Amino acid sequence: MKLRSSTLAFVALGLAAAGFAATFVDAAWQRERDAIQIAERSALAARLGLTDLALFTEARYTRHPSQADLHSAFQDHPVALEHFPTGSLLPPPASLVSHHERLDRKAAPPD
Amino acid sequence: MNAWIEKQRHLIDFTLASLARRKAKNLGLLLVYALLVFVLASVALYTHALRQEAAQVLKQSPEIVLQRMVAGRHDLIPPGYLEKIGRIRGVQSIEGRLWGYYYDPVVKANYTFMAPAAEAVKPGTLVVGPAVARSRGLAPGNTISFRAYSGKLFSFTVVGVLPHASELVSADLVLMGEADFRAFFEYPAGQHTDIALSVANPLEVRTVAAKLASALPDSRPILREEVLRTYASVFDWREGIVLALLSAAIFAFAILAWEKASGLSAEEKREIGILKAIGWETGDVIKMKLWEGGLISLTAFLAGFVAAYLQVFRFGAPLFEPVLKGWAVLYPRFELVPAIDGLQVATLFFFTVFPYMAAVLVPIWRAAITDPDSAMRS
Amino acid sequence: MIELKQIRKAFNQGRPNEYWALNGIDLTIEAQKVTAFRGPSGSGKTTLLTIVGCLARPTSGRVRLAEDEISGLPERFLTDIRRSTFGFVFQQFNLIKGLSALENVMLPAFPTGRPHRELRERSEALLDRLKLAHRREARVEWLSGGEQQRVAIARALVNDPKVLIADEPTANLDTTLSREFMGILEGLHAEGRTVILTSHDPLVVESAAVHRVVSMRDGQLTEG
Repeated sequence: MKLRSSTLAFVALGLAAAGFAATFVDAAWQRERDAIQIAERSALAARLGLTDLALFTEARYTRHPSQADLHSAFQDHPVALEHFPTGSLLPPPASLVSHHERLDRKAAPPD
Repeated sequence: MNAWIEKQRHLIDFTLASLARRKAKNLGLLLVYALLVFVLASVALYTHALRQEAAQVLKQSPEIVLQRMVAGRHDLIPPGYLEKIGRIRGVQSIEGRLWGYYYDPVVKANYTFMAPAAEAVKPGTLVVGPAVARSRGLAPGNTISFRAYSGKLFSFTVVGVLPHASELVSADLVLMGEADFRAFFEYPAGQHTDIALSVANPLEVRTVAAKLASALPDSRPILREEVLRTYASVFDWREGIVLALLSAAIFAFAILAWEKASGLSAEEKREIGILKAIGWETGDVIKMKLWEGGLISLTAFLAGFVAAYLQVFRFGAPLFEPVLKGWAVLYPRFELVPAIDGLQVATLFFFTVFPYMAAVLVPIWRAAITDPDSAMRS
Repeated sequence: MIELKQIRKAFNQGRPNEYWALNGIDLTIEAQKVTAFRGPSGSGKTTLLTIVGCLARPTSGRVRLAEDEISGLPERFLTDIRRSTFGFVFQQFNLIKGLSALENVMLPAFPTGRPHRELRERSEALLDRLKLAHRREARVEWLSGGEQQRVAIARALVNDPKVLIADEPTANLDTTLSREFMGILEGLHAEGRTVILTSHDPLVVESAAVHRVVSMRDGQLTEG
């Protein structure tokens, strides 16, 4: 007798769920396996006082986003630490912007 | 209980049999659905792992890095600053750091030159990062020359290559002795690039930073927690860009799924009428449809997620790597350590499975309360 | 067995196109007999059938099934009664396209949660009895009209109902197939089932297999 389709569905779903569970197991296993390397990396970072990932070496504000000057080129807002590619699509939240006083206020000529 | 299970199995049998009638169409939908989950899950897994990686590195980085600003630009720390800071309470250790960038015209890439205080590199020798070693073909014992910005040529012997495991943070590093560093860049004696401070008590970091800012008004303290936040937002930003690009596809699928799931054809309405006439309750019809929606969306979610995991953590994320981590001439080669954020997975589950279930359920509700005698009147 | 009292049924009640399909029907249908409703189209015989079979509720009047008043029952109980007491053979057969004959036969039993094996065996036996065993895996749309009707009959019998309801069973059949259907009908009666059908086919209403013919016109009975 041929298998019921609900049986097939449960088997398929069970396999998928097992695969899903396996991803968590695999993640834990890989972390365990790479534990020494992770520790090595952390140790090097600690020893040299590294502050950034060496992902983008093109410019200082991309190689060391956290160490770039506050007002270096292409920075669109003082509260943004620049990263690559440059600029942002959206303005920073108003709550951050409102902290900045209008610098020209005192310079405005009194009437 | 057995009867209940048997009934659910009957309903599943029926819903699968009716799905099988339009096999190509339904398999296509399942495939597109799984593909969408796959893409979303890939992006989420990848960025989360990268964020974790950054957090791991930053956990070890100095609590405060102090820069000096001149006319709004990063400048060297003059002698005497270290001593001034020494008097601030709560600071555990102070270290003047020496580092800078060097553009290598041979491979058209920037290196980060560094004279580590913790690690004495002998004069005339270098320890290079794995990506530098790779791009210049270096091995311990080789000699390499760099033309300094002053025009002078300096030759060094490579005595070590940093381990591959640390490539993500050390790819472009060139470590040298302090004397060599100062000579190479003609760095004035007694001056430093910046100052790294370690503060024992995390609660005091902000106070120390405030004291630094008032004691040295031309300085800019960079706190580790700020950096951490910045990194999180860098990858959030990249994730966001990808999701924004994908949003068109997501909406397209949403329309497709809604259309497919909610657009009851006259044929399906007729079938529901028949089922009710031959003894199915409204609840049975709804349960049957729930199973349909549940099976499709759950299968798509699980399959898509597993495929995404394999793609990202087993096959090196070939599909989204460029846009998610960016690119560079001197790019580190690294395997991401898998990290799965349970909340992220739950969110993904919620936003992919439930809307589909709802799309299936809403119209069926309306159809299922039609009178059973419609079957007789047709 | 089934007792109808002052049954009236309106469609589109309260609207300009209000239409009374049934106008005061008083009727008792005996158990284990074959009863036919005869009348021209529009006479209300199909509507009466839906009320007898618990597919619809009368606008007014009472329906009693084996001494139980059922016209006031909520939908859920009505469905229960319909599933366990009545089997339906529709004029257009109303099989679910794309499914096999066997799957179609099993459908009415799905909500009962009967064990799959038992249900399958029962359905196969029914198809076998109706000489359709060789066609059980075929999709219903590939079957001929006569075969489709026999699948519909098997489906109506799968829950072993006391009453079989057939709406114009011979409307889509030729003479040979109609006679064959009457043969099946006799077999059902011999098993002790009650059969209620509508027809204006002389072959049906004048057949010896039909014990009682109820004539209708304009929503009322014209003779007992």
